Amino acid sequence: MSFEPKIVGFMCNWCSYRGADLAGTSRMKSAPNVRTVRVMCSGRVDPQLVVKAFQLGADGVLILGCHPGDCHYAKGNYKAARRIPLLKKMMAQFGIEDERIRLEWVSASEGYRFTTIVNEMTEQVRALGPLSRSRSN
Amino acid sequence: MDKVRTGVYICHCGNNIAGTVDVAQVSQYASGLDSVVVARDYKFMCSEPGQDMIKQDIKELGLSRVVVASCSPLMHEPTFRRVCEQAGLNRYLFQMANIREQCSWVTEDNEKATEKAKALVQAAVRRVSYHEPLEIREVPVSSNTLIIGGGIAGIQAALEIANTKHKVYLVEREPSIGGHMVQLDKTFPTLDCSACILTPKMSEVGSHPYIDLFTCSEVEEVSGYIGNFKVKIKKKARYVDEEKCTGCGVCQEKCPWKVTSEFDMELGQRRVIYTPFPQAVPNVPVIDREHCVYFQKGKCRACEKFCEAGAIDFSQEDKVIEAEVGNIILATGFQTFDPSLATQYGYGKLDNIITGLQFERLSNATGPTGGNIQLKDGSTPRSVALVHCVGSRDESFHDYCSRVCCMYALKHSHLIKEKTTAKVYQIFTDIRCFGKDYEDFYQRLVHEGVNFVRGKVQRITSSNGKKADQGRLIITVEDPDNGKVTEVVADMVVLCTAIETQQDASKVAQTFSISQKADGFFSERHPKLDPVATMTDGVYVVGCCQGPKDIPDTVSQASAAAAQVLALITRGKVELEGGIAVIDEALCSGCRTCNTLCPYTAITFNEEKKVSAINEALCKGCGVCVAACPSGAITGRHFTTEQLVAELEGVLA
Repeated sequence: MSFEPKIVGFMCNWCSYRGADLAGTSRMKSAPNVRTVRVMCSGRVDPQLVVKAFQLGADGVLILGCHPGDCHYAKGNYKAARRIPLLKKMMAQFGIEDERIRLEWVSASEGYRFTTIVNEMTEQVRALGPLSRSRSN
Repeated sequence: MDKVRTGVYICHCGNNIAGTVDVAQVSQYASGLDSVVVARDYKFMCSEPGQDMIKQDIKELGLSRVVVASCSPLMHEPTFRRVCEQAGLNRYLFQMANIREQCSWVTEDNEKATEKAKALVQAAVRRVSYHEPLEIREVPVSSNTLIIGGGIAGIQAALEIANTKHKVYLVEREPSIGGHMVQLDKTFPTLDCSACILTPKMSEVGSHPYIDLFTCSEVEEVSGYIGNFKVKIKKKARYVDEEKCTGCGVCQEKCPWKVTSEFDMELGQRRVIYTPFPQAVPNVPVIDREHCVYFQKGKCRACEKFCEAGAIDFSQEDKVIEAEVGNIILATGFQTFDPSLATQYGYGKLDNIITGLQFERLSNATGPTGGNIQLKDGSTPRSVALVHCVGSRDESFHDYCSRVCCMYALKHSHLIKEKTTAKVYQIFTDIRCFGKDYEDFYQRLVHEGVNFVRGKVQRITSSNGKKADQGRLIITVEDPDNGKVTEVVADMVVLCTAIETQQDASKVAQTFSISQKADGFFSERHPKLDPVATMTDGVYVVGCCQGPKDIPDTVSQASAAAAQVLALITRGKVELEGGIAVIDEALCSGCRTCNTLCPYTAITFNEEKKVSAINEALCKGCGVCVAACPSGAITGRHFTTEQLVAELEGVLA
């Protein structure tokens, strides 16, 4: 059986989760590999939660928030914009490829954008293959 | 803690879910999960029998947690929370799995959809076992309302609310209320005189004991939340004392300086001290500082000399007024598309090409020509062409339909026919007369002898080489269906320009924490079932700032928003989400990292105890502090780390 990546999608309640819903309501087809964990704001995504997702078997993690300036909580997405790149640097030191973590902005009206990102991310992670957690050295 | 007893309910949603997801299999899978005592699937969980099924199980099986796997929580979470509550279970002991919008509707692969649904159900089951009952907080609602924009939308909403003896702050950035509607000549399809039906409402606003009207004003800052907003209104200096001015108009007669009138769409002139139009509310002039010779060169003061009331005040300064309001209605309106951006129409280059709004002023008895439909040289046109969809339904500019142009183009045609003997051409792509009595009006115009030419305008030029057409406008029209090219010759062209968002709409969206659609119009909470509320509780959008619409639709929206505001005022209090953040004093190291992160300044530092504390009334539950706390001392209720990790375990199991 071909490799089906497991991808966790942290999505904020106000923009990206609604964008994801809109993609569904509009019947835009996308890879079913992304499993959503809804948070109120992308600023709630503690880097430890991303690490935890990889620990529990995720092959990739998507973090989706509101566009800059559109955050329901004024500037929570800016916090995510600072934390996630830092986390990526750290994860690289553990051998987790940059492409396995992706932070994007999706508004409530961007169903098509959501679909595109999900499909891109799925193919990107599929190309990388499963995340190996067995290396002990 | 008692053992967790969870009930899981899988919804078929007719065929919406069951057509793709094997619901029986998901239900069977759920029944084998830890803590699950019952798992059922049913055709429509949100129906009354579906709801009763849950209530009965809560009571009879002693359920302590409920999971419903159906549509998006944004759709039915409130429904099922209510169901839990009605059966005596705290509403926060419920979790929803979205197996429709984010599962059955995004894939056609039954197997993958079923697998995904199982994972989402498992995640919800694991998560819900960590849920805790939360207290519902209630806060009082201020009965004051802020309305931004004094067009027909803002006026209607203001009067509806103020007439129930609740205070309204109406903020308008222009010197007078009235908006675009007061510029219009007649209104379709009834041909009511626009000013005649609007100005009584305007003067009612101006003298209403429960309306505080702020013109030349804008809202600068908004803080707080539903029921308890704090706003700062910046009132710009008008250099005329509103208390002293009697509105006699002498200053406007005596002012020696003239500039083009914005109200007359640049077709006429006004003085530098002016009221935009005779029925302005308030009837207090304003000095246009940019063009005032005294302000620019230090000499003149003619208005001051002739003002018997001594109302002219060159030293007046901008003021900031603070107010507390419970609800905010945005009625910020629209602007029209600048047709010079679409060069094929020749606007700004050739004479006698005007916009639909300019035609309103031209045709209006109080307009620059006293209502005569005439060319630039004063002569009467022999032929007038009205061009539809200028900037609308045009891939280069706006994709959407502006919804009013077909009807006002017909209305203009009627007025031209009434006042002149000119031939009238409608150059259109599709005629859309969808409203009540609109079709009748269209048929009436067909019988009045208007010529309908289907096609897109390729170009408008001043010559076609024929001597007979010299000095006239030549419009080349191409039928999109068959490529057939027609030439229309006219003396005047009226461009029906698109309705578009105000230039600063995105700034307004940010100030009030609401979102915009891709086309720039403000997003409503739900396009069908909640058309005037927004994602920010207590903030409503009405009129053309929400999308292009005609006057009847605008008025309906304004009344709808007023009704929602009054409902909240009547209730007197509002429930706040329980999902806020709390700090465990025993774990807090006093590092103060969270203090500056909070966008609502809800976190303060207790110097005595050397720990931080969160003000529950100010916290909105975003969780930014939770993610940042290096000691793990902050719990984001209902989105705790434990709950989120349990959810992760579920989706990745």
